[in-house]
Amino acid sequence: MSTTGSNSADSPMLNPQNPHNAGRPFWLLAELTYKCPLQCTYCSNPLDLKGSGRELTTEEWIEVFKQGRKMGATQLGFSGGEPLVRRDLTTLIREARAMGYYTNLITSGLGMDDRRVADFKEAGLDHIQVSFQASSEELNNQLAGSQKAFQQKIAMAKEVKAQGYPMVLNFVIHRDNIEEIDKIIELSIELQADFVELAIAQYYGWAFINREHLLPTKAQLEKAERITNEYRTRLEAEHEAATNGSGGSCGNGAGQSAGKKASKPPKLIFVTPDYYEERPKACMNGWGNIFLTIAPDGTALPCHSARELPIDFPNVRDESLEDIWYRSTGFNHFRGYEWMKEPCRSCDEKEKDFGGCRCQAFKLTGDAAAADPVCSKSEHHGKITTAREEAEAIAAGAAGHSPKLARNTHNQQQAIELVEQNLIFRG
Amino acid sequence: MSNAIQTSQIPTLNSIYRMQWEDSQESWVLLYPEGMVQLNGSAGEIMAQVDGQRTVADIIAVLESKFPEAGDLSADIIEFIGVAHEHDWIEFS
Repeated sequence: MSTTGSNSADSPMLNPQNPHNAGRPFWLLAELTYKCPLQCTYCSNPLDLKGSGRELTTEEWIEVFKQGRKMGATQLGFSGGEPLVRRDLTTLIREARAMGYYTNLITSGLGMDDRRVADFKEAGLDHIQVSFQASSEELNNQLAGSQKAFQQKIAMAKEVKAQGYPMVLNFVIHRDNIEEIDKIIELSIELQADFVELAIAQYYGWAFINREHLLPTKAQLEKAERITNEYRTRLEAEHEAATNGSGGSCGNGAGQSAGKKASKPPKLIFVTPDYYEERPKACMNGWGNIFLTIAPDGTALPCHSARELPIDFPNVRDESLEDIWYRSTGFNHFRGYEWMKEPCRSCDEKEKDFGGCRCQAFKLTGDAAAADPVCSKSEHHGKITTAREEAEAIAAGAAGHSPKLARNTHNQQQAIELVEQNLIFRG
Repeated sequence: MSNAIQTSQIPTLNSIYRMQWEDSQESWVLLYPEGMVQLNGSAGEIMAQVDGQRTVADIIAVLESKFPEAGDLSADIIEFIGVAHEHDWIEFS
């Protein structure tokens, strides 16, 4: 996303209304519910699915949208869990769209039908992102933990395009599906996706406790990226030929192909995983910089994983969004550079990556203010290289250390205990 | 960009995008799935004239009459239309 996210600083003087000179929350992610019919092991939702409080009501959500829009938010994502579980989704879309948001529905497709796709369109929904688990029915359903998932997704992806929406397909890529990335791309072309996110799993929430079962090897990753690049080149060339081509199908007369629009091939977005980098990502473009997540119970977060941090985050039921964004302790926690420790504090790259991801730092080192261990300058970088070695060993047939846990309320206690007992990864 | 822009062509906004004025940014923006392009002043003025009806020549005429002090705008507008087409913001109907 290309934005110009910084507010022009009128003066270096401290503004008590905005003490850290924070940018606007361009992106508002509304996690409407943690309920979901699928059980993906790479889910980034918190382990404690049940412990979250009462979900915000329709009116409370609308109030949040209103306040966010006033603060300059333009993108609104309806996410979850599975947002389709909310029966008031059409109302929420209608209200948000009327306020001027670009509205994105981020869904598994389960719980949708042609009628609902049409209702959303009429309410003004701008875009639908459908997630898939794999390109084959068997693997998809196995990974999703649902026997009907794949056919439903295919039907809904077709419906989304038939009703004229821009469509993003999202595939979380991990060890069990990375070898079929070519088939995944083929499926996306067939379904006429506008964008395809090939997102190598990141390790938060449920994905973190299942990391051992998800992290691909370096060789797998490089192969997947190479195949993706080959498709990019091929699709581009084919489209070029179809658009400019004088080699049209019918030979009777000129101009036949001139007005014909070849449908555009999907844009392939390959999201590399942190675990194979030597420098961390500029997580969320900086803490509390452009991104604001509201959890189902109204907890406001700088990203959808921040709930796992030992920080008290404010709730939209208690405070205005402006107070939360500009002035709450939670949101100001990691703004600026004062909080940094070495090696970040004196690092000449700190303005580029902001020390990386706070959640990853906390999960792997126990200290949320430490450097993201993805960075090779971190004294904990060994946690990352160990994980890579584990991935190699398991690919070579070694047994893993931890159980594979499907994301559901039944497994949540076991998942939480694994983390509490430090059984996983901190060693 | 391989093809030169003809002033008789009719640009239309690519259906992936939605364009709107943002008060908080004091600019026109192009919104698309999970993203945004902020247009600068002149880009916004030109894109705001793209309605799927006007030809490039019409757009030049409209803007030259709107900004008479700016003189001949055709070269700048044609260049920007080319850039917008390259970015897939617009298509030619």
